[in-house]
Amino acid sequence: MSEPHGPAGIIVAQAAPGTLPAASGVEIAVPAAEAHGSNFPPFDVHTFPSQLLWLVIAFAALYLLMSRVALPRIATILEERHDRIADDIEEAGKLKAESEAAAEAYEKALASARTKAHGIATETRDTLAAEAETRRKSLEADLNVKLAAAEVQIAATKTAAMANVRGIAVEAAGTIVNTLIGTTPTSGAVEEAVDTAIKG
Amino acid sequence: MASGSVIDPIHQFQIIKIVELGQPGGVELAFTNSAAFMFGIVALVFFFLTFATRGRTLVPGRLQSLAELSYEFVASTVRGSAGNEGMKFFPLVFSLFIFVLTANMVGMIPYAFTVTSHLIVTAALALLVILTVIIYGFVRHGTHFLHLFVPSGVPAFLLPFMVVIEVISFLSRPISLSLRLFANMLAGHIAMKVFAGFIVMMTASGVVGWFGAVLPLFMVVALTALEFLVAALQAYVFAVLTCIYLNDALHPGH
Repeated sequence: MSEPHGPAGIIVAQAAPGTLPAASGVEIAVPAAEAHGSNFPPFDVHTFPSQLLWLVIAFAALYLLMSRVALPRIATILEERHDRIADDIEEAGKLKAESEAAAEAYEKALASARTKAHGIATETRDTLAAEAETRRKSLEADLNVKLAAAEVQIAATKTAAMANVRGIAVEAAGTIVNTLIGTTPTSGAVEEAVDTAIKG
Repeated sequence: MASGSVIDPIHQFQIIKIVELGQPGGVELAFTNSAAFMFGIVALVFFFLTFATRGRTLVPGRLQSLAELSYEFVASTVRGSAGNEGMKFFPLVFSLFIFVLTANMVGMIPYAFTVTSHLIVTAALALLVILTVIIYGFVRHGTHFLHLFVPSGVPAFLLPFMVVIEVISFLSRPISLSLRLFANMLAGHIAMKVFAGFIVMMTASGVVGWFGAVLPLFMVVALTALEFLVAALQAYVFAVLTCIYLNDALHPGH
């Protein structure tokens, strides 16, 4: 590679004074001065005034277009988006507060309803209990009356029955005595004996 | 052997006169390919930005995202280096960044002319920055702007040396700013052309050469990727340094 005319070497056309030695050792061709006006275009001072003139015009145009049109436009877009996002966040915060207030109101209503329901339940229970008590009492009184009546009737029935038993016993005793000894006792004696037996 | 395969990596930087405008005052003026590319870049940037934002949609599409991204990227760079006060120079920094970036990228198109590969162009842009710094610095701060060259907290006997060093470093700024961009674009394009030239030369020398050409082909592919990186990076570096220098104009005195 180091020999100038090797197979892979770059051919040197015209080694001008401004020839640049390349890192590989290969000489890089720099065409003659008349081709470019100078050896090396970036250092050719003849082109400087034209380049400066057009650079000034082009860059001034770019600066004006950027500062007057393009950049304000992008800035507006970014600002609008920023505002919109801020607005949305604010709106979301407002809605959140609203929903929280609604939830709180709901909780409150629920609690009061619960208290009210509890009150109603207690009241109803008390009323029903009192009513049941009255009814129970009246029923008891009623039953007591009936019981008393029944007791009286039983006593009457018992007395009547006992009276009947004496009559039957007297009759039966008279008949038994007659059968046994063939004499009919006086009714007074039989009655006396029956009364003694009943009492005994 | 000499004919037909001459590789001239400098040819791509040639200025071609399209329309001669005569020589007013002995100065040669012409509308050149360089000027055509400059206006092409301006038109490309302007029409891209306006076309991309034509919908002004709340939720940006791809192109609008790109336009907004470039805006916000430069805006954050300006804010980061020069503070909120620096935003008054935002249109200038944005124009510089987008001009250099587009010029570098357009230069990557085969056969296209690279505007930023000419020293006079990068020097003019660098001078624009430095003159803006100097003029704004004096208008805003008056002689206080000169405190830029007087670092505080330096012993009195060292002060003259420090001032000299500060002045030299200030004056070297436009030189480094312009040379960095110019040299990067120039060297990159030459390197690409040289390696591409190897491929042509090797394949011309026969079957063995075809295999030999594989290596420089890989080099060219890698260099092309590198050059795209350099093109974007140099535009960014130019914009960042502009911001840093403008920060000196806004806040002189260390």
